[in-house]
Amino acid sequence: MILRKKNLVIGISVVAPSIIAIAIFVYGFISWTLRVSFSNWNSFSALLRGEYKFVGLRNYIRLFQDTRFQTDLWNTLFFTLFFLFGTIALGIIMAILVDKGLKGSRLFQNLYLFPMAISFVVTGTVWSWIFAPGTLPNNPQGINLLFHKLGLDNLMWGWYTSTDSLGHFNLALIPVIIAAVWQLSGYTMAMYLAGLRGIPNDIIEAAKVDGASEWKIFWKVKMPLLTPITLSALIILGHISLKIFDLVFAMTGSGPNFVTDVPAIYMFELTFRSNRYALGSAIAIIMLLFVAVVIVPYLFTSMRGEKR
Amino acid sequence: MKKILAYIFLILIALYILIPLYVLLATTFKPLQEIGISDMWKLPKQWSLSGFIKAFQKLGPNLKNSFYLTIPATIVSAFIGSINGYVFSKVKFKYANLVFAIILFGMFIPYQSVLFPLIRFLQSIKLYGTIPGLILVHVVYGIPITTLIFRNYYSEVPNELVEASYMDGAGFFKTYTKVLFPISIPAFVVVIIWQFTNIWNEFLFAVTVTSSPEKQPVTVALVNLAGSQVVEWNVQMAGALLTALPTLIVYILLGKYFIRGLLAGSVKG
Repeated sequence: MILRKKNLVIGISVVAPSIIAIAIFVYGFISWTLRVSFSNWNSFSALLRGEYKFVGLRNYIRLFQDTRFQTDLWNTLFFTLFFLFGTIALGIIMAILVDKGLKGSRLFQNLYLFPMAISFVVTGTVWSWIFAPGTLPNNPQGINLLFHKLGLDNLMWGWYTSTDSLGHFNLALIPVIIAAVWQLSGYTMAMYLAGLRGIPNDIIEAAKVDGASEWKIFWKVKMPLLTPITLSALIILGHISLKIFDLVFAMTGSGPNFVTDVPAIYMFELTFRSNRYALGSAIAIIMLLFVAVVIVPYLFTSMRGEKR
Repeated sequence: MKKILAYIFLILIALYILIPLYVLLATTFKPLQEIGISDMWKLPKQWSLSGFIKAFQKLGPNLKNSFYLTIPATIVSAFIGSINGYVFSKVKFKYANLVFAIILFGMFIPYQSVLFPLIRFLQSIKLYGTIPGLILVHVVYGIPITTLIFRNYYSEVPNELVEASYMDGAGFFKTYTKVLFPISIPAFVVVIIWQFTNIWNEFLFAVTVTSSPEKQPVTVALVNLAGSQVVEWNVQMAGALLTALPTLIVYILLGKYFIRGLLAGSVKG
């Protein structure tokens, strides 16, 4: 008993530095950012003077009235929807195909997953060149050039430089979504593969004995068992999408009329380009709230599930 | 018939995945006179290393910075994760799970929400704009994921093994070095690969914590290179290839462990 107590004391003192570091670097700094977001620190001189003036929600109100920030929110919404749909659909298809155990499927699996090892910055740089429209109609580049050579000239358009939109959906986001799906669908595949391989064989066999078709087995037997995976995938991918920065920054930047702007880029420019720290902090807090809504319930359910 | 259909889909998806790789390689190895827009989809007629060499001259110092940053940060955070994982899996204290969940939340936050205070803090301890500053940042924000991976790994180790070691009179640290550490290699491999890849590929901290070009990691230098209109395409693509190469090599050699890290980050705390 004395021994156990001694180990308890040592154990807690071993993790204490980490707990303190997280307390400061995560929770302390978030509170600091929150405090800045309620301040008038919207110029370098205000920061230098260091006088803190509490302005309440003024920065937040200004943001929600700001057309650029409104565009950012719409962009985040549509980007997230299509990105989630694309990544999960493609991820499931990849997983099913690879799971068939055909010759060479290991090779395909490794290939599908390799984008995950690469920086968003590299992905952005390369896809940015592929989708660069060139000067239309006579000097097409990238994908447009390919269409031109195939005689599909009417498919040529401005891609991420286009200011076309469908309602609030800026079509310039499409190439960015394609690049993001490219990067993360393999990851989703890996999650589903782990799930598929965890399904006990006798369940599948029993369904086969009952005469269920392969199609039916997939939708009626496997998919319901994979629901937790889909949920995890939605949450992990969703939170990545809500804070997306590097990919867009490297690929398109904000684009004309902010067609490909996202909150993270606006935050970066406000804070590090125009010294409007309070506004930038307000965006950061809004991003944090979005992510927290998705992540906190997930964390608590998985921690609780573990206890049982 | 079904098989053929499956292969067709497998190959179509593979093409989608390979397009950027093709463009990257084809452009990197083209000589200057072939990088006109109209030749973009063609393979080089004459393979040339000139773009690669030029990119290496420009990015070489930044690649070095990235190694100086990534290697120490990875090693330190692996050890911190290991000892933390030991405590959170084998020493049951009150509210351990709650504390762990609170730590874990730190790996999901948008780092924008800590960025401004973080930079002020680094300025005040004179580490702003330095590689050691970035190392500190990555070590601290790596605590949640590294602790998680080791905690899950050590949970699989029977408690009796640890208890028996205590009974034999081994203390807290001796039990770690004699019982847990020797069997930790797979977890270390997973964590090291995961941290190496993530820190190498990271951009937000890199671009905000370092200011002078000679201190910047390679991801930042690549964005600057690609952003300048005067740099030729083959050099830009060669730069992208150089930036991707270290993590790509790790993936090719140790992909199995890379996948484990990926899944650890998503499936259950």
